[in-house]
Amino acid sequence: MFGLTALELARIQFGFTISFHIIFPAITIGLASYLAVLEGCWLRTGNPVYRQLYHFWSKIFAVNFGMGVVSGLVMAYQFGTHWSFFSDFAGSVTGPLLAYEVLTAFFLEAGFLGVMLFGWNRVGPGLHFFSTVMVALGTLISATWILASNSWMQTPQGIEIIDGRVVPVDWFAVIFNPSFPYRLLHMSVAAFLATALMVAASAAWHLRRHNDSPAIRKMLSMSLWMIVVVAPLQAVIGDFHGLNTLAHQPAKLAAIEGHWENRPGESVPLVAFALPHMQREENRYAIEIPHLASLILTHSLDGQIPALKEFAPRDRPNVPVVFWSFRVMAGLGTLMIALGAWSLWLRWRGRLLQSPAFLRFAMWMGPSGLIAILAGWYTTEIGRQPWTVYGLMRTEDAVSSHGASELGVMLLVFVAVYVLVFGTGIRYLLRLIRKGPEAAHGVEGGPGHDRQPMRPLSAATERFD
Amino acid sequence: MGIDLPLIWAVIILFGIMMYVFMDGFDLGIGLLYPLFPDKIERDVMMNTVAPVWDGNETWLVLGGAGLLAAFPLAYAVILSALYIPLTLMLIGLIFRGVAFEFRFKARDHERHWWDKAFFLGSLTATFFQGVALGAYVQGIPVVARSYAGGTFDWISPFSLFTGLGLVAGYALLGSSWLIMKTEGRLQLHASLLTSRLLWVLLLFIAGISLWTPLIDVQIGDRWLSLPGLLLFAPVPLLVVLTAWIMLRALRQGRQHAPFVCTLALFFLAYSGLGISLWPNIVPLSITIAEASAPPQSQGFALVGALLIIPVILMYTVWSYYVFRGKVSQHEAYH
Ligand code: HDD
Ligand code: HEM
Ligand code: HEM
Repeated sequence: MFGLTALELARIQFGFTISFHIIFPAITIGLASYLAVLEGCWLRTGNPVYRQLYHFWSKIFAVNFGMGVVSGLVMAYQFGTHWSFFSDFAGSVTGPLLAYEVLTAFFLEAGFLGVMLFGWNRVGPGLHFFSTVMVALGTLISATWILASNSWMQTPQGIEIIDGRVVPVDWFAVIFNPSFPYRLLHMSVAAFLATALMVAASAAWHLRRHNDSPAIRKMLSMSLWMIVVVAPLQAVIGDFHGLNTLAHQPAKLAAIEGHWENRPGESVPLVAFALPHMQREENRYAIEIPHLASLILTHSLDGQIPALKEFAPRDRPNVPVVFWSFRVMAGLGTLMIALGAWSLWLRWRGRLLQSPAFLRFAMWMGPSGLIAILAGWYTTEIGRQPWTVYGLMRTEDAVSSHGASELGVMLLVFVAVYVLVFGTGIRYLLRLIRKGPEAAHGVEGGPGHDRQPMRPLSAATERFD
Repeated sequence: MGIDLPLIWAVIILFGIMMYVFMDGFDLGIGLLYPLFPDKIERDVMMNTVAPVWDGNETWLVLGGAGLLAAFPLAYAVILSALYIPLTLMLIGLIFRGVAFEFRFKARDHERHWWDKAFFLGSLTATFFQGVALGAYVQGIPVVARSYAGGTFDWISPFSLFTGLGLVAGYALLGSSWLIMKTEGRLQLHASLLTSRLLWVLLLFIAGISLWTPLIDVQIGDRWLSLPGLLLFAPVPLLVVLTAWIMLRALRQGRQHAPFVCTLALFFLAYSGLGISLWPNIVPLSITIAEASAPPQSQGFALVGALLIIPVILMYTVWSYYVFRGKVSQHEAYH
């Protein structure tokens, strides 16, 4: 089908569905914590602006959460439909971790989420705040489980292989595998950053339309402070993440750097731009900064790192994709740092709200966090190839034995359905943002009522028009 | 150690699937009956009778999937790759149904009919392919060297299409008897009429499936028709007949709750019959529960979480239904 093999189609479908999925959890995680901060500020200061913002963003949170649940439903089945050999081989590790992710989400829905979304007028402020904090914590715990599972696939440990199947012998070692702390930090911070960028862009959009209000100013100011702090932090975490990758997945790192071979005594340059060519095993049109990669990765001017040619061609990932997706992520990260720096400068001059160029920049940076998240995941996942469980199971041995034509047809069905369903969902989210915080108020509901925590979509009552 | 982890997990998963069928069955049924109730107000009332509770489905379905992977990875791998197409179509149907439910209320007036159609077609697709998947599963899944050894379209067979239609009838019956319980007046009368017709249809399907299943495999046939089994399991079909009789009587007497409870009982009996036919296989005719089990380290680890959180979910579910007891009238608008 389309000249693609069954393996390629299965990978595309998995990548497609999870790319849709990850967008929603990232915003869920970020907004939940933002809401907790807003409510905390409201309780401390009594300033009604915070409450207004809370109601406004909690609706967007709810709709987004609903989309996350729907797209996650598919994920829970895809390991079996598409990666059945992987499920049989490693299900004993990834299964329980996935079950804990899902159980955590249900635990939230069966209580705290309901109080948070519908209980504003029913429980005291303390209990309500507690629920919001629990929801924020819960989304982070949920992410922890699934990232433990993914990190274990990247850097497996704590297991034995008995009769050709994985048997966990030490759950602590399984969960706290070498890449887990870095991935958890990097992804959580990515979620905060992506959310802050979205909030800042919404505020900038309203301000550019002269829809100025204290709530919108507060939104802009809070999210920009967040970006100022978190964007540089993310670069530092990413740097450590890279050093960890160098230690555990050298082929991935060589692909990220576009580093083909080591000549004796030569340092590793940082390749700023190039078109890596897999067959010729070289970079074309390369622009290099001498010594810089050596300095970043080995902390010495002429240290060397493993190069791609030291791995058999069949053990190398797709170099151009990994090379470029990494640069998209890191490039956007740099722009985010610039956005933060610019905002500081404008603040210092007292002109944060008056610079149209800055507001336009903040608006265009709105989706950049989500794009960087996707680019980061492509780097990580495609860089792991040709392994599904690094060093233990190859992707070609993991895939179910379906034919290419049926996979191709199902893929088309998925693309059509996702574009329709999530397209409508995202349009609705943008509509809610466009309405602005002025009209926002709490909604009643809860167990036994029409509006339900397990149907978070029902928390938003706005119509399409 | 004395703790039979595979058995506990089998019970949890069987229980989860049953909860799923009970709780999602009637609201899928409402979706199936939708075209038979063209009146806008009646449709709104129908939606309102499930709005506060229909979400149960997602919980148990996801839990079933994740639990199966955690506890019986081999079964998860084999069943899902064998039933890849019908299960995917079922998921897509469920997505449409769920989203349509919410967007119907938010849509502009001239767009609403699209979401109405999506609601009906989503329910129909989900139900039918769920039934087809069930039939294909019962028929048996060929396995060689721990992986699915059949063809792409093995799941299509007269038997599986029959079970697909059977489940449509079954969920429609759950839906109509639910409406008897939750509504009043003309809507209730209409539902009651439908219920007695659907009951006969469902009984035909149950009879057909019961006669057909033993023919699929001598092993299953033997279990039902040779001696200890014949006596041990004879109560199941007898109870089906008894339940149907009670239900018909209840309908004639205009009872409010009994028809729904009887329908649930019919589902429970059919489900037990299935269990009897298949036990102790988790992949029919090829893999037993013991063979598919994850190592005890995995089953034990996941069990801790399941035992902590499933009771919370159950308590919450009971509470939701309790708060929502009683009739729904036309005046309570959803939005
Ligand atoms: C970093 C975070 C993260 C990542 C990488 C993933 N998820 Fe996720 N997922 C979440 C963070 C999350 C969440 C924030 O916890 C969600 C969003 C809404 C919710 O209820 O929980 C969620 C929901 C969610 C649900 C729905 C639970 C429900 O019905 O409430 C399922 C079944 C999955 N996910 C499964 C997966 C699978 C199989 C993944 C990978 C292959 C995956 N998720 C990646
Ligand atoms: C600017 C400097 C940054 C550096 C040096 C950096 C570094 C890295 C590296 C090396 C990886 C691959 C890890 C591996 O799989 O071995 C990675 C992955 C990732 N990055 Fe970045 N990153 C940066 C910025 C960002 C930004 C701004 C975001 C999003 C807002 C982001 C989101 C991600 C995500 C989601 C992943 C995949 C998950 C993971 O492996 O942690 N990164 N990053
Ligand atoms: C959420 C963000 C994620 C994105 C965007 C993402 C993206 C991708 C992509 C693009 C592929 C295909 C790789 C290729 O074909 O070269 C892939 C494969 C895969 N990923 Fe991820 N991934 C994510 C998270 C995860 C997580 C959390 C897990 C595990 C729990 C996971 C497990 C897998 C598996 C099993 C495969 C298929 C086998 C393979 O190609 O190695 N992924 N993913």
